[in-house]
Amino acid sequence: MESPFRSEAAAFRFLLITIGAFALIVAASWVNPWLGTLVTVALAVAALGVYMRQRAPQGLQQQIEHVGSPDERRVLVVANETVVGEELMQAIGDLALAGRAEFYVVCPALNSRLKTWVSDEDGARAAAQRRLDTMLSRLSEVGIEARGTVGDLDPVVAIEDAVRTFHPDEIVLSTHPPGRSHWLERGVVQAVRDRYDVPVTHVVVDLQAQDDAQHDARRVAT
Amino acid sequence: MTAHAETHDHHGPPLAHQSSRVDARVLGMFLFIASEAMLFGSFFTAYFFVRVVNPSAPETWPPEPYHFPVFVAGVNTAILVTSSFTMHWALQSIKRGERRAFLAGMVLTFLMGLAFLLTQVVEYIHVGFNTGDGAFASVFFGLTGLHGAHVFVGLTLLGMVIVRGFRGHYTPEHHHGVELPGIYWHFVDVMWIVVYAAVYLI
Repeated sequence: MESPFRSEAAAFRFLLITIGAFALIVAASWVNPWLGTLVTVALAVAALGVYMRQRAPQGLQQQIEHVGSPDERRVLVVANETVVGEELMQAIGDLALAGRAEFYVVCPALNSRLKTWVSDEDGARAAAQRRLDTMLSRLSEVGIEARGTVGDLDPVVAIEDAVRTFHPDEIVLSTHPPGRSHWLERGVVQAVRDRYDVPVTHVVVDLQAQDDAQHDARRVAT
Repeated sequence: MTAHAETHDHHGPPLAHQSSRVDARVLGMFLFIASEAMLFGSFFTAYFFVRVVNPSAPETWPPEPYHFPVFVAGVNTAILVTSSFTMHWALQSIKRGERRAFLAGMVLTFLMGLAFLLTQVVEYIHVGFNTGDGAFASVFFGLTGLHGAHVFVGLTLLGMVIVRGFRGHYTPEHHHGVELPGIYWHFVDVMWIVVYAAVYLI
């Protein structure tokens, strides 16, 4: 439930609700003290009902408002270790060739739950920053304009953050292949598709196969 | 061709997580109010113990021959509730860039808050009992006094807003300094509604 004191307007609204609720309680108590108790309990249950209803999934997709020039496409790229994947670079390259596009790369600061609980995030953020730098550097080399940031360890939250500031027209989500991807196991791709009304492109990057291919190529070269 | 990481441009402590949806200053005020609610909660616990749970609780509230000035407190309640409306009006005015209305709203809010506090002082003088006259008197002065202290703090905040307002501070884009005392003022008002209903009316 949203805090009733999250803003002045919300606090003012809460005050009006309080006045109404206590007017009912006092009036009922004057009639009969037990009736007053009953009204108090009923109002508490109603408040709990509102709370539960607000906590329930809303179901509706969030509409992302387009910002910037009409002919420009804003693409949000979210990737973890797969930022170095050729498949991801290919997908971004295709989008860049398709028309004028602005890219915003988010690298979630992957961390263990325990380290997150104890706020030990420096290492995770540094690693994510390195991945981000690598990605931006590679994009720059091929002439693609991009900027980016380190995101929350939860990819859905990281995307939510980026949506608020970047307003993407499309989201590209890169993961490891099924079976090796924690994000796929947690249903991150589907969650993002359910949450936003923009196209979500899922790019599977098989780093193992990429490393094997590079290893084979080096062996042939030598 | 530009490619850069935004975190490289940032200096100082890490940025707050944006998905909290609440500005850090508003979150601070919310946490402060939450602690205040717990403080009031402890006083209400004492009040209900004295009035309900206590085996020797008085048959009538307040016990004979004492009386609470319900009507005067009711008028005082109306004044305080009205001050919340003027507070809301003041904030809406500064959001629209109407500086005169903003200042008028703030001054009116302050004056009504001051009137509430002074009336409470007068009420204490004429109420006819003191803290030593029983547990009911202790919790009465404890609860209303605690609230009065919060009104005083609120008035101090409002006073600072008024001074800054007359100095030309606050704009439609930057009015956090009004928003936060506004939240606090409404909280003080909400608590008074609870105090008035529980202590004076029920």
